[in-house]
Amino acid sequence: MTDQAYNFAYLDEATKRMIRRAILKGLAVPGYQVPFASREMPMPYGWGTGGVQVTAACLAPEDILKVIDQGADDTTNAVSIRKFFERTGGVETTEHTAEATLIQTRHRIPEHPLTEDQILVYQVPIPEPLRFLEPRESETRKMHALQEYGLMHVKLYEDIARHGAIATSYAYPVKVEGRYVMDPSPIPKFDNPKLSGSPAIQLFGAGREQRIYALPPYTEVVSLDFEDHPFEPSKADHACDLCGAAETYLDEVITDDRGGRMFVCSDTDYCTGRQAAGHRGRLSPEDAA
Amino acid sequence: MTLFDRTLSQDAETPLLEVDGLTKRYGARIGCADISFDLWPGEVLGIVGESGSGKSTLLSCLAGHLEPGEGRVLYRGRDTVAMPEPARRLLSRTEWAFVHQNPRDGLRMGVSAGGNVGERLMAVGARNYGTIRAAATDWLGRVEIAAERIDDKPRQFSGGMQQRLQIARNLVTGPRLIFMDEPTGGLDVSVQARLLDLLRGLVREMGLSAIIVTHDLAVVRLLADRLMVMKSGHVVESGLTDQVLDDPQHAYTQLLVSSVLQV
Repeated sequence: MTDQAYNFAYLDEATKRMIRRAILKGLAVPGYQVPFASREMPMPYGWGTGGVQVTAACLAPEDILKVIDQGADDTTNAVSIRKFFERTGGVETTEHTAEATLIQTRHRIPEHPLTEDQILVYQVPIPEPLRFLEPRESETRKMHALQEYGLMHVKLYEDIARHGAIATSYAYPVKVEGRYVMDPSPIPKFDNPKLSGSPAIQLFGAGREQRIYALPPYTEVVSLDFEDHPFEPSKADHACDLCGAAETYLDEVITDDRGGRMFVCSDTDYCTGRQAAGHRGRLSPEDAA
Repeated sequence: MTLFDRTLSQDAETPLLEVDGLTKRYGARIGCADISFDLWPGEVLGIVGESGSGKSTLLSCLAGHLEPGEGRVLYRGRDTVAMPEPARRLLSRTEWAFVHQNPRDGLRMGVSAGGNVGERLMAVGARNYGTIRAAATDWLGRVEIAAERIDDKPRQFSGGMQQRLQIARNLVTGPRLIFMDEPTGGLDVSVQARLLDLLRGLVREMGLSAIIVTHDLAVVRLLADRLMVMKSGHVVESGLTDQVLDDPQHAYTQLLVSSVLQV
């Protein structure tokens, strides 16, 4: 049921046009942070106001929307954003990656491979990868313009000096098409390889920081590293306890106060799909099917 | 004569830095006015004068931190005022070095000593952790900081150590020209003496040219080959250091030299 008091997908058409312009510029200059006039959204900053605006600008009535929160379809953030667009846009929603045409995600890339017919929208808290080392915006812009990215390696150097290995495990900095260094939003570094050469369009929206950036399909994205400390996507060294998948990103769940724990796929849709197909893990209920 | 010999001899025949009629105004006030001098490879130039005499303004203009109003600055024949910013920034992290009076301005306080030294290497493309680490260890040793302090943050260091760390961080890429703004300011005298000793050794050993701004005549006496005395934005006297200090001609220089306390 569309709420008639609002324009389709909440934002007015002039705002959507402004955001689409920023998106097009972002696609034309992959990895470059395009400033845009972020609007107040009916949700707090940090809940995905940037992603929601990008989604609203891209959404068409025939789209099928999926919303992911840390891999899950059924947590607060995912449920409320999905409801928001059901109510203001009347669009169809789904939990299945393969069925969706537009996917808004908070900090995960779905395990199911994406296609050319899909758009993936990321929610970004802090778009500037250099921010924690260089607080001045004027200086970081200059560093991007002049490709002075030595500082990014200083961060990785500090990691190795302190922990013996690159300990950055999420929001791992990448270089796009050999030009811009980009923060891929706080996705686990396990997902970094999926950024590169993806057939889907990838859009990044940061509402509070008022920045949009983008990766067109089949863009080369390289995770930064040292020659003698190469980049390694990492995950918990287990298989999923519900579906038995060995190659997915896992969440660790504490099950009691006596050290009991289980590892489950963070991508709930992928996990449910595998269980439905008959795959079983260590803690699957006996003959659940 | 091979090409290599010719560049070498050209290097020795042309000044490293040629400054011609450099003027910087802050509105109606004068920062520094009509400064001209040549700096030769391997030479150390001292600039002395009281607070507000335009020493630091001059240094900032030379190092490209401030844009001079008039005049030319040629570095190895290239105009650094007119050159595009990327080229100037490249110079300032490869062939130039800048040592600030306050090490907090020149160091990244949240980054370990090793990271501070390695930053310039990584900025010019070093991507091998082992090599960067080895260079950082080597340089910490050369500025007399114990190798086991390599992973400590600069804020855990004493003032003198911070200043030595700043010097190591600047010299690691083997610059040709080093700008120093009161390098010994705020340090007690025994620490000053050791720092000066270290600087003198490094400058001689690496064949560096240096421009040192200070109000401390003892510093220039020890380090500088030539001296410029500034007052109210103008150079009032210049010449060989010993000559200027032992036989000052200008009234202000005489005042400056006679103001030094004799112990």
